[in-house]
Amino acid sequence: MIALENVTKRYGATTVVDDVSLTFGGEGIAALIGPNGAGKSTLFSLVGRLLKPDDGRVVVDGVDVATASSRELATALAVLRQDNHVAARLTVHDLVEFGRFPHSRGRLTVTDRDHIERAIDYLELDAYRGRFLDELSGGQRQRAFIAMVLAQDTRYVLLDEPLNNLDLRHMTEIMRLLRRMADELDKRIVVVLHDINFAATYADRIVAMRAGRVVADAAAGEVMDPDVLEAVYDTPVDVRDIDGRPVALYYS
Amino acid sequence: MRTETFEIGTAPAAPARATRARRGIRELWALPWVRLALLAAVIVAAVVVYLFTDVPGSLAFALRIRGLTVAAMLVVATAVGVSTVVFHTITGNRILTPSIMGFDAFYVLISTLIVFFLGSQSFVRFDPVTLWLVQVGVMMAFSAALFSWLFGGRRRSVHLMLLVGIVLGVFFRSFSEWMQRMLDPLDFQILSDAMFASLTRPDELLLTLTAALVLVGAIALVPLLRTLDVLTLGSPAAIGLGVEHRRVVLTLFPIVSLMVAASTALVGPILFFGLIVANLAYSYAGSFRHTWTLPAAVGIGMLCLIGGQLVLEQLFGFAGTLSTVIEFAGGLFFLFLVLRKGAR
Repeated sequence: MIALENVTKRYGATTVVDDVSLTFGGEGIAALIGPNGAGKSTLFSLVGRLLKPDDGRVVVDGVDVATASSRELATALAVLRQDNHVAARLTVHDLVEFGRFPHSRGRLTVTDRDHIERAIDYLELDAYRGRFLDELSGGQRQRAFIAMVLAQDTRYVLLDEPLNNLDLRHMTEIMRLLRRMADELDKRIVVVLHDINFAATYADRIVAMRAGRVVADAAAGEVMDPDVLEAVYDTPVDVRDIDGRPVALYYS
Repeated sequence: MRTETFEIGTAPAAPARATRARRGIRELWALPWVRLALLAAVIVAAVVVYLFTDVPGSLAFALRIRGLTVAAMLVVATAVGVSTVVFHTITGNRILTPSIMGFDAFYVLISTLIVFFLGSQSFVRFDPVTLWLVQVGVMMAFSAALFSWLFGGRRRSVHLMLLVGIVLGVFFRSFSEWMQRMLDPLDFQILSDAMFASLTRPDELLLTLTAALVLVGAIALVPLLRTLDVLTLGSPAAIGLGVEHRRVVLTLFPIVSLMVAASTALVGPILFFGLIVANLAYSYAGSFRHTWTLPAAVGIGMLCLIGGQLVLEQLFGFAGTLSTVIEFAGGLFFLFLVLRKGAR
């Protein structure tokens, strides 16, 4: 389990994450939604020990992140960040290999190679394994990074806006893939999403943040409510039932 | 698509064999160790040319003097190549060199201060080992102060440290220039000698000391090679993969400073060509892994130095400085690389 206990983070005078207590890491997919600046990415950075909380603590599987060994944490928890700029020219295979670093420190064993192969297969990247990252389309690139995270072989997988800059087809492709990873491989996935309809369709649980606080945390269907969503985004949202599925209409 | 089928269908046997041979060469060329071996061979050839051309008088004497120069080149190439590549990896930026931290400028400032306050005669008469030790010590103290100040507190940002380094560098440079203006012309003459890198006739003891320090630095890097590879993903991703970023950076920066300080104190400001060398190494090595890029950077640095020295001696008859030659040729070649990449 990933537990945030009264976590507060301030940048100067601005409080970005305000006394948040939250538990992640149950089965399936949890979607984290909320307007820009709600503190979602900061929350991920706190869990991924890129930032230290000013108050409170983050506990992963019973161990405080502040005192845990960096390497052990990296075998329990993988974080895919929003901005993945790489200065060097890497191939897809090189990138996926990095996922094994917490386990092997760069000296690949047979098990490591096995994990790399499986991750590449799972993401259907076999044809692209020798390609450089800068030669890939946005969707292929995102899949390559997810393959790295998968090769890391962690129980918890955190993804910060993995659908950024993707078209319809690739967005659904990535979400279906995350669903499969949760169902088949028992990955506990937390994903930041901007399109609430994707959250409603693929996630089991939706956590909504606003101004550094958690304002809603419930099963996906319950959060898909006009009043709740309007309170989260400060904008009128209509929710309609289409073929038994709640669909949010915010194009007004 | 159609033209491809056509070529395969009608190609006679002999050209097919030639194609296969060409493909074999291309596959070999893709292997980093093949590229490094070729680089090593070219360097050995250049060293032999340098050692044995135009020997006036005793060959043994010439070999001894020139051998020392070659050794100094190797030490400097290692220090500059390794420190620049590691610096690029830490900062995640490939258009910087450690000189941006004001190392070269600080060296010039130290020398200027000595000449200014103690006179050029003391500068010349100073025991070279003491002078070297003072310079290395002061440069190390400077970088240690910069690191601990910026990494010790809560504001641990590589970029802030770079910015402070740049500002200090400009300050050192202007301050040195101001003092140089007030110098006696003779003092200034002697000082300017110290401000251009010179690899010929190094002091044997200093060379040994510098080589030892650079070697220690290089050996200390070996266990960190794979961690350096992970750092190319950027610090957030590296932390996510279990790298203790702060600790690693606090190990790497002193190694970089040590190498830079030791070799600058030996031959003068030499960081100018690190940028060219490192970037040539990235495109030449054929791999992003530091196991390959670091030796490639050292090799290309060595080739630049020895090639530059040959050009300087043979073409210009010593009329100029090594840095001019290297920067002119290296800069042109660098432009060529950039333009070629853009065209592709």
